[in-house]
Amino acid sequence: MANTNTIEELHKLYAAGEAKPSEIINRALDRAEADNERLNAYLTINREGALKQAAALDADIQAALKDKPLAGIPVVVKDNMCTTGVRTTCGSHILGNYVPPYNATVINQLEAAGAIIIGKTNLDEFAMGGSTENSGFGPARNPINPDYVPGGSSGGSAVAVAAGHVPISLGSDTGGSIRQPASFCGIVGLKPTYGRVSRFGLVAFASSLDQIGPFATNVKDAARALQAIAGHDRHDATSSSVAVPDFASALTGDVKGLRVGVPPECFGEGLDPEVKARVEAGIQSLQARGAEIVEVSLPHTKYVIAVYYIIATAEASSNLARFDGVRYGLRVEEARTLSEMYRRTRDAGFGAEVKRRIMLGTFVLSSGYYDAYYEKAQRVRTMLVNDFAEAFKKCDVIATPTAPTPAFKIGEKSDDPLAMYLGDIYTVTINLTGLPAVSVPCGASSAGLPIGLQLIGNHFDEARLLNVAYALEQ
Amino acid sequence: MPITQTEVEKIARLANLELTPDETQLFSEQLAAIVEYVDQLNELDTSAVKAWQPASAGNVQTSHATRPDLTEPSLGHEKALAQAPDHDEGHFLVPRVIGG
Repeated sequence: MANTNTIEELHKLYAAGEAKPSEIINRALDRAEADNERLNAYLTINREGALKQAAALDADIQAALKDKPLAGIPVVVKDNMCTTGVRTTCGSHILGNYVPPYNATVINQLEAAGAIIIGKTNLDEFAMGGSTENSGFGPARNPINPDYVPGGSSGGSAVAVAAGHVPISLGSDTGGSIRQPASFCGIVGLKPTYGRVSRFGLVAFASSLDQIGPFATNVKDAARALQAIAGHDRHDATSSSVAVPDFASALTGDVKGLRVGVPPECFGEGLDPEVKARVEAGIQSLQARGAEIVEVSLPHTKYVIAVYYIIATAEASSNLARFDGVRYGLRVEEARTLSEMYRRTRDAGFGAEVKRRIMLGTFVLSSGYYDAYYEKAQRVRTMLVNDFAEAFKKCDVIATPTAPTPAFKIGEKSDDPLAMYLGDIYTVTINLTGLPAVSVPCGASSAGLPIGLQLIGNHFDEARLLNVAYALEQ
Repeated sequence: MPITQTEVEKIARLANLELTPDETQLFSEQLAAIVEYVDQLNELDTSAVKAWQPASAGNVQTSHATRPDLTEPSLGHEKALAQAPDHDEGHFLVPRVIGG
């Protein structure tokens, strides 16, 4: 973390004339390239394009600082967000050479705010995984200890921030894919409310769950990144027109009288004792700052993994039907008929975890099983929504661990998909209910691995959520 | 519930996936373990509960967003075809559809 500059620090350097954008961008590119062999955080580093943008900004930086909140800030984005003219792979060989003809809305927003995108980051293939080991292009590694996973699926974007290459990055979170890698890498990761940020140009995994959000080394930078990407987009019918407040100005650190809900169901069996101790200490620190701790109940917590893996895979099996070798991406050439081409292309292009999830999703939607699995899961999802509505009658935010353990070793869980899925117990329920949540560092294990505390807010209450995270950070 | 290899083969056909015999064997074991795990949802009585709908979560303000049905500038043929593995004269080309 030593060589990270925050947005504020970089802007001070620019304002004082002590650095030019091209120097800062060049330094970020050098760091990214130097670390990539060891950490494999990037699938594409856009040196030429980034330096060109930076050079164009050099002469205008003083003017840009006045009206562009991310002027000259180097950022990276997960490689499932479309970038015009820059390869977008989703970590999959089926899109290994895909060069999008358009930008995702978040890319346009970052660029309009003056940010310079220096690279596209590694991920579990199509965002399916919790370790970045499922990438078709090799695993990313945790900068705290490269024998360990950085978490996933947005592992590369977490590594880029944690290793000090860039102050902020974007990931996508379908079941914890921003919050869990933030927890494993010791940084801040925010999953905004469903609808807060446009998904136009984000390659879809599970459309009722997917959300884009930022990573940062600190809460203030996460708030600034959210500011740049929040708001309605007419290209995404699920994006919300709810007004976007000024998130950074909400960061007072004052939590007096705030009610923090603590659900005992999230502190029981399966939770690592060191994680439990650090998270409880974090909650006590909020109490010491004047917050009131109240017990709330999330009685269906033990069912969330089952609900999630039915709904997420069902939606994935439908969304990933588009990868068929016709309009873009890989095509296996030797096939004699169209249907043979589809099957052989998909077999060659998709990795094992993606095939497993397409298979599970197809099964739960298939005739004879739909009611027993998909319909059942959607009913239990309603119960989860009701649980949170009840809990938020008694509190303003809810605090839980982000993940039941710190980072695990590369290879430790890769042969046991169900064991991997169980690590998502505290995060998936937030996607199923559309709520915002943030993972904030709250210490480390005795082995030196970071631990994250998850704060959950009510719908569109990110300003308050981030303020509580800010208080925790102090 | 056990998932037989025949069922795995049927699901693979529905999903347009061509699995190797090893993958079929592996997936039938792994899917069976996952399905056995998700079967715990049967402990819950959901007979009086409605299936989740986006609007019921209160997370999207307009559950059925509409817009005027107007033609707007779009990618155009050239860009839309540029990433296709095979195309000709404004069309995507694919192997033959019938027979073979």
